[in-house]
Amino acid sequence: MNKGTLRQILLITDGCSNHGEDPVAIAALAREKGIAINVIGILSQNEAYGEHGLKEVEDIAMSGGGVSQIVYATQLAQTVKMVTQKAMTQTIHGMINKELTQILGDEQQMEDLPPEKRGQVMEVVDEIGETVNLEVLILVDISASMDDKLPTVQESLIDLSISLNSRTGNNQFSIYAFPGKKQSIEKLQDWTPQLDTLAKTFKKISTGGITPTGPALKEALELFSDKRSKRKLLGDYDEYVEESGS
Amino acid sequence: MMNTSKNQEVNVPIGSIISGKWNQKQYLVLRELGSGATGTVYLAKYDHSKVAVKVSRDTLSITSEVNVLKHLSKVQGKTLGPSFIEMDDWVTSSGTVPFYVMEYVQGESLFVFMRQRKDEWFGILLLQLLGDLAELHNAGWVFGDLKPDNLLISGPPPKIRWLDVGGTTMVGRAVKEYTEFFDRGFWGMGSRRAEPSYDLFAVGMIIMNYAYPKRFDKKEGGWTQLKKLIDRNRILGKYGPILYKVFHGQYQNAIEMRQDLLELYSRKSAAKTTNTPKGKPAAQTHQQSQPGRAGRTQQKKIKKRRHFMETVLIFIFLFVFYIVYLMGQTL
Repeated sequence: MNKGTLRQILLITDGCSNHGEDPVAIAALAREKGIAINVIGILSQNEAYGEHGLKEVEDIAMSGGGVSQIVYATQLAQTVKMVTQKAMTQTIHGMINKELTQILGDEQQMEDLPPEKRGQVMEVVDEIGETVNLEVLILVDISASMDDKLPTVQESLIDLSISLNSRTGNNQFSIYAFPGKKQSIEKLQDWTPQLDTLAKTFKKISTGGITPTGPALKEALELFSDKRSKRKLLGDYDEYVEESGS
Repeated sequence: MMNTSKNQEVNVPIGSIISGKWNQKQYLVLRELGSGATGTVYLAKYDHSKVAVKVSRDTLSITSEVNVLKHLSKVQGKTLGPSFIEMDDWVTSSGTVPFYVMEYVQGESLFVFMRQRKDEWFGILLLQLLGDLAELHNAGWVFGDLKPDNLLISGPPPKIRWLDVGGTTMVGRAVKEYTEFFDRGFWGMGSRRAEPSYDLFAVGMIIMNYAYPKRFDKKEGGWTQLKKLIDRNRILGKYGPILYKVFHGQYQNAIEMRQDLLELYSRKSAAKTTNTPKGKPAAQTHQQSQPGRAGRTQQKKIKKRRHFMETVLIFIFLFVFYIVYLMGQTL
């Protein structure tokens, strides 16, 4: 049986984009493609909530059907995990609501059910969240101001991997940084089931001045479709083998 | 996390009446008991009894929690979490707010309770906790977010109770909620898969927290850091071997750890009784049946003393016999 795969981009940034396409528009595009975009905005130690122009963080996530959160670097590990899992539940919940509307009609959603029934539906949501396969592309802003936060980012990504790999479902992670040296994003880690060999990955790249969040997101989307088409090929190949075997 | 709580938080003023749309029951809000990541808990009055009502905008996580509470009330014999009463929706002018009602557990949190007690109480509460955990694990669940703030001492007689079951997870799944300090994943000492050893690690960290009330930051992490902290602390000394085992995941279940703690505490009291000179030897040897350096040397001493007495007695016998023999000869 096909359990299905959830796709997410996790964008970690500390400020506004200032170059290229509007990231909010790209996020809307991602949503159309079935990829949720989660955004974590990191505050500096001396920054207060709301002081910084982090409204964009919320806008991107809202438009991308994901979850957003603004935190200080010290809270990053728990936040990364919470945001990812919340977005998963949200996506699954969305799918289930669609099914419910189809079965019950009248825009009936989970919230409209009596508490008893709601509990039963929730068990299904939890069950899917535990077993579904997950692909997370992590997109890290490495513009100059992020420099001192990168070690914390790295730690929290390893922590995320520990959490997600405690599930029954399979995971695939990849890490990209932006801005890249030549392209808008640069690959730090290809798709891998486990993030534990991250040491030094962030140090390879010198940090620059511009923050091209939009172009970076756009390119990240392509990495999923690439992967998907490769998957398809692999899937076809599997079928072929099965046929020849029987 | 502040941001989500801003979204999820529902401020219910004291004196408001929360009324359910489905079951038509009404609850008078008396005061706030506490608020967490998923919502706020209020003390409320229904009829003439006090209950705890949890209110949240996050329908998903609150429903998930109710599922856990319901499962826990099915675990027979003991009350593990607060017992579940009902779930309902409250229709307000600013939208529908889901809530659930549970038993109001009255008591002090673990460390507040310990402030006025002697150390041995901590041990007893640990034994109670491990006993309860064993039952929870047998029922197929893992507590997850185990920490002093989630433990309440009700009574009298003092009995440890669990407060927040938001982290309780089915065995084999990924732990839903945790607190870094008590989480083995955070210390780089294991996964977040819900299994008995996950909870036991947290029990180990509760012991560490008891010895270091202000807790400590993660430095190098892992056993290297924890070992240093254990060696340096007066209270932790005696727990050394148990903490080693628990932090290395060597306990398969709560009962094994409970057994070791039980032996630790009784050995200590046995050592105390041997100090009193008129202890009955039979009772002493019984208590010292556990292997341990202190016990063994004591037993040796007793044996030596016995040997000595026996030799003396034999000599006296022989001597008397000899005198009788001599007297017989002379007569």
